[in-house]
Amino acid sequence: MELLAKERGAMLVIRTTQDRIDAASAIQFKDRMRDITGASAAPRVVLDMSNVAFLDSSGLGAVVAVLKALAPDRTLELSGLTPTVQKVFRLTRMDTIFTIHDAVPDGLRNVG
Amino acid sequence: MSPWQPARSPAAPRKHRPPLRLTLPGTTDAVRHALLEIFASGLLDGSSDNLLSSAEIVLAEVLNNIVEHAYAARAGDIRLLLSHTETGLVCKVMDSGTAMPGLCLPKGDFQPLGQTADLPEGGFGWFLIRSLVTELTYQRIDGENRLSFILPDEQS
Repeated sequence: MELLAKERGAMLVIRTTQDRIDAASAIQFKDRMRDITGASAAPRVVLDMSNVAFLDSSGLGAVVAVLKALAPDRTLELSGLTPTVQKVFRLTRMDTIFTIHDAVPDGLRNVG
Repeated sequence: MSPWQPARSPAAPRKHRPPLRLTLPGTTDAVRHALLEIFASGLLDGSSDNLLSSAEIVLAEVLNNIVEHAYAARAGDIRLLLSHTETGLVCKVMDSGTAMPGLCLPKGDFQPLGQTADLPEGGFGWFLIRSLVTELTYQRIDGENRLSFILPDEQS
């Protein structure tokens, strides 16, 4: 599960390269997220999911696990949710739990 | 070839489409490949985005449930029969794994979301399935689990 990470000030942006976070890959995704967030002190983590065409209940559980592991000192926000992924978040009401952006927020404007 | 060919519709009328039969091993990788195969097969051509996304969500949950639970103790195959009718996508899924506990389907109740530390990380599958299908039935016959359901097509 390849994840790309870039820090912008207080924000760590993580982008997936694979297009599915599902039962076949959820555990690896969670492990890689733990490794990457553990290597950074940035309090605001944004997961760019614009490459993710599909996420199932295992994938959702993994994303929730990351949110819980980062809390309370660090936050996890999501961006770029594609339609089927949005549907899963909406049906489970998880869209009320996460801050969801259309695109990766421009952290440079919020410095200071 | 006559230059006056009638325009062909992009997808065959549903009543003329043959059903799709698939057999796959009970692994999460095979489930992933089967889903891609189903959506590449033409069976769902002309479907609304809503039906396509619902079908992918439900089939992933149903098939991965079989992998994780029915075939937790030993390996086996999963057989799928999918028909695209005027009603929608009619699905029958069969496996020879362990029976459903109590021989009935999980209720899949909605899990209210509380504080971050208490958020559920699992148990969404049957809730998602029940949210999106109709005519969900389960039978245990001759050592096989048989699950059937319909993904309704709102255009019908």
